[in-house]
Amino acid sequence: MADTTTTTTAAASGIEIAKPRKQWQVVLRRFFRHKAAIAGLIIFALLVLVAIFGPMLWKYAASDLNLGRYKSPSADHPFGTGQIGDDLFAKVLSGTGFSMQIAIVAALVNTIVGVVLGAIAGYYRGWVDSAVSRLTDLVLMIPTFLIAAVLSRSTFSTAEIASGGGSSNWLQVAIILGFTNWMIVARTVRGMVLSLREKEFVEAAKALGGGPGRVIFKHILPNTMDVVIVNATICVAQAVLLESALSFVGLGVQYPDTSLGLLISENQNELLVHPWLFYFPFIFIVLISLSVNFIGDGLRDAFDPRQKRVRA
Amino acid sequence: MFRYIVRRILITIPLLLVGSFLVFALVQGMGDPLGEWKLQKPRTPDEIALAYERSGYNDPFLERYVNWVGGFVQGDWGTTVIPGSGSKDVQNEVLNGLWVTFRLVIGAEILALLIGMAVGVIGAVRQYSIFDYSATSVAFVLFSMPVFCTGLMLKSAAIPFNNFLESIGMNRWITTAGPPPGGFSGSLGNQITQYIGTFMLPTIALVALQFALYSRFQRASMLDVLGQDYVRTAQAKGLSQGRVVFRHAFRNGLIPVVTVFAVNFGQLVGGAVITETVFNWSGMGKLLIRSIYEKEPYMVLGVVMLTAIGIVISNLIADILYARLDPRIRLG
Repeated sequence: MADTTTTTTAAASGIEIAKPRKQWQVVLRRFFRHKAAIAGLIIFALLVLVAIFGPMLWKYAASDLNLGRYKSPSADHPFGTGQIGDDLFAKVLSGTGFSMQIAIVAALVNTIVGVVLGAIAGYYRGWVDSAVSRLTDLVLMIPTFLIAAVLSRSTFSTAEIASGGGSSNWLQVAIILGFTNWMIVARTVRGMVLSLREKEFVEAAKALGGGPGRVIFKHILPNTMDVVIVNATICVAQAVLLESALSFVGLGVQYPDTSLGLLISENQNELLVHPWLFYFPFIFIVLISLSVNFIGDGLRDAFDPRQKRVRA
Repeated sequence: MFRYIVRRILITIPLLLVGSFLVFALVQGMGDPLGEWKLQKPRTPDEIALAYERSGYNDPFLERYVNWVGGFVQGDWGTTVIPGSGSKDVQNEVLNGLWVTFRLVIGAEILALLIGMAVGVIGAVRQYSIFDYSATSVAFVLFSMPVFCTGLMLKSAAIPFNNFLESIGMNRWITTAGPPPGGFSGSLGNQITQYIGTFMLPTIALVALQFALYSRFQRASMLDVLGQDYVRTAQAKGLSQGRVVFRHAFRNGLIPVVTVFAVNFGQLVGGAVITETVFNWSGMGKLLIRSIYEKEPYMVLGVVMLTAIGIVISNLIADILYARLDPRIRLG
């Protein structure tokens, strides 16, 4: 934590010292010295820009057909074309958008659910804690992928699956993933809140008349933010992969929406003869999840107060 | 220790019961399993009534749950409910699938653990060496790759390789679509070759998924241990580096990895589901995906509950191992 009192006393005594930095400035400085993290951040930002503006700027739309079947990558079609004469570059642009949307919404839901449940359990202890902890144990008992698969099936009908989809469902997929992967966040936050609630500053906040909501959200949770943010990046990376796996077995995103996982799934049998149909969406999935993992790694190192030197 | 195990199992039973209720509700949420069967072609009212009677979907939700749970505990896991393909016994199908999955997963998991531990230890001992950097990079890329992509790429590499073998007059060695239905045959050497050819690709795909995780954990815990005072003491009294690393540090550096090994079981099952789909193994994962598609309620329940029981058991084993390996931890 930055300490403003030292500056004033130091200034008064006429000794020049380095300008004090706020904690987030220290963290940012450490983060920006982490080369892999910066590379990750730049790639992620580029991917976001590409996903937002790409489809507007590119001459073909993802829905364009009959542009010529199975053309190899060329200047006109940088990623080639597919079986129905669709431009793969346009499809990857829009798939990247959907994959990122889903991952970000899912990670947001993961984080919010996890933080709220964890904070309540850790702050109130007693039966509330027992209830939340048992619920966490329960959901952890079944692999995330299995719950998500069963849940997807309850929301999409077979008719939709058979006809290749009906209505837009990316948000459903995102929310299903959001509610099936919050357990680790909840456990971590609970553990931190359990120890933070005994600290003097929490007692002071309560003594000054702060209610539970204020104490939890204004005083306790800000101290868990480092861990929560790092966990959120992990959730994003996991959600990208989970979504692609769900789409691969046919229980994820459906037409008219698309995603990188769905593109790969549609083109899985083309790998030998028309490899570009597999490799371009694949590279984009790896780029998203790799860049997020690098950002998370950089943040973890930057938040770590024991960290003196950032490794190259 | 014995009392601890008994108590843990006793705590687990209500948890599994509540879990089974949640899963049952989840499967109920999938909707009427016969809904689509009814629409496929005109059915007589008698046919429909009989199908509903057999499926148990005439009973109210709670009664159905109690019937199912009672049967499950006694080994009667129900049958498939959609008429047409004949009714199959769920327990039989699920246990068959489990055997296929288990054979696939256990070898991959042990290999992943061994490779991961070796890479992690070397990475920690030679921190920031070229080996460490390459291992870290490989682990990061593997973390960021969907499992089915690894599988698909392996498959596409195996086909030209098989073609090459054929062109020089040998058999196509690497199987890309599940184990042979009749088992392996021929001489022992032949059988081993067939076995390797069958298991190679799915095993590599699963190892790639898991080993990255283990190597990262092993590296972190090894670095932690290597920085401790007693390791410096061992070095200071003149022990060789090999002895310090393996006799003193490695044993303690092993502890966290053991827990990850057990806790990771869930992720492994998810990975196995996908890998089986890619390589067309008729294991539990493929059974689950097919049953979810067909909306076979008892089949889905059977697979999910068996997985849940497996995860509970692996967590228990992890806790016991943890206490055995680290005498500072007392169970009780």
